[in-house]
Amino acid sequence: MTTALAPQRSARPYGFADLPGLMARMTGDEKHGPAATSTLDALWVLYDRVLDVSPSSVESPDRDRFLLSKGHGPMAYYAVLAAKGFLDPEILASFGTYDSPLGHHPDRLLVPGAEISSGSLGHGLPLAVGTALGLRAQGLLDPAVWVLIGDAEFDEGSNHEAVAFAGAAGLDRLHVVAIDNSSATHGWRGGIASRFEAEGWSAVTVDGRDHQALYEAYTAPHPGRPHAVVARVEPKNS
Amino acid sequence: METMRERFFDVTTDLLDRDPRIALLLADISADPFTEAARRHPDRVVNVGIREQLLIGAAGGMALTGMRPIAHTFASFLVERPFEQVKLDLEHQGVGAVLVSAAGSYDWPAGGRTHMAPGDVALLDTLPGWTVHVPGHPDEAETLLRHAAADGDRKVYVRLSAHRNAEARPVTPGRFLRVREGRRGVVLAVGPMLDAVLDATEGLDVTVLYAATVRPFDAAGLRAALGDRPDVVLVEPYLAGTSANEAHDALADRPHRVLGLGVPREEHRHYGSIPEHLAAYGLDAAGLRDRITAYLW
Repeated sequence: MTTALAPQRSARPYGFADLPGLMARMTGDEKHGPAATSTLDALWVLYDRVLDVSPSSVESPDRDRFLLSKGHGPMAYYAVLAAKGFLDPEILASFGTYDSPLGHHPDRLLVPGAEISSGSLGHGLPLAVGTALGLRAQGLLDPAVWVLIGDAEFDEGSNHEAVAFAGAAGLDRLHVVAIDNSSATHGWRGGIASRFEAEGWSAVTVDGRDHQALYEAYTAPHPGRPHAVVARVEPKNS
Repeated sequence: METMRERFFDVTTDLLDRDPRIALLLADISADPFTEAARRHPDRVVNVGIREQLLIGAAGGMALTGMRPIAHTFASFLVERPFEQVKLDLEHQGVGAVLVSAAGSYDWPAGGRTHMAPGDVALLDTLPGWTVHVPGHPDEAETLLRHAAADGDRKVYVRLSAHRNAEARPVTPGRFLRVREGRRGVVLAVGPMLDAVLDATEGLDVTVLYAATVRPFDAAGLRAALGDRPDVVLVEPYLAGTSANEAHDALADRPHRVLGLGVPREEHRHYGSIPEHLAAYGLDAAGLRDRITAYLW
């Protein structure tokens, strides 16, 4: 296993503009289609400006948690984790190889900074509900729990068990970012946000490429209610 | 007569009072007996409603934060319905929980097939690292539940049944107990099957072992009980032959025979009572005696 925290770099920290280059270490191509980067802006703004978690706090009980539920196409996630120092950029090139910690779906036991193992759809949101419950039961009321899902992943019924319960229970430290690239086969009449609002959540829909809009949506107050941010990006098949 | 499930209510309420790491997750089943516990521990007694995927997923999430979750409902809805959650939200995340089921195989025959899960233990056998306790008496259930709650972060399944033995045995988690000595083979009775096995083997020259824990399988205990007649009859209150592979592995170094008795795989489209179903499956004393003697003599 080649998991190791990245050494501190003396050079400037990585920025958003560095992410395509980091992804290229996995894909061999600087140009990435919309599907590969649908989560990139949403992930970057979260890790750069919102989440209170760092390589030195990954074991801290009061860290913020980010759970990548949509484990498909994790290159953007690995690139952000590398840019933020959770993993050594040198290991990105091993993506998908036998001894690599970086699979085509993330494994929390192998990837430093990954809170859950994902790949099968519809598991992250129920796990996030349990995480929010567990933190609350231990009196850890500050850490935020974030989970990223996809609009097609939202088809899985397990999400709807979690959305209904979290709304009823008022899990106000629970946050969803739903990447909507119009890939759900039957779509969501009335929009994804309406499904959350109907269950008592705070919900907002924004341009998933607009960093300031994402930041404002992420940090909007939502007292007593869980919060969903629907980040709309280019259709997967455009 | 007190049931194991009733003892589970009392023991879990006590565990919640004593240990802040313990959380109880419910999916409506058995919510009423925990009303008072939920009032005392509103953040650690969580009823998610009739949502069993969430029941296991939330247990996994709580375990990720360092809690020791206990999740409970009927076996059909605890193991079978959310099986992928059991696989991915617990084992694959590298976390543990205590799953406590009721009504496993034939507890509510009038309820029919929808409330029968005789394949639960066999399903868990497809995953690594599960401890499986099958107590036969409320006192044993208490011993094993307390052991499970304190068993680090291990994945533990406790299978509670309305079918029970008259007396408790001094069980040690993970060890088979020698209840009767004989020379012509071993009959291994699991949990609630012990009383019927003792009746069935009355006057027969066989060793009777009792198992209230079936995973890990006490291979050393089985080998030590065998003597020079390596014939084994398994009597399990769930799918017939569930532990046959374990018995074969335990005896892999010698010629041996294993007969697996239990609940048949075929769907049994009758209602009625527990005794009627046990008789129909050949798991009452008369049925067991016929099959055990035919096999060992």
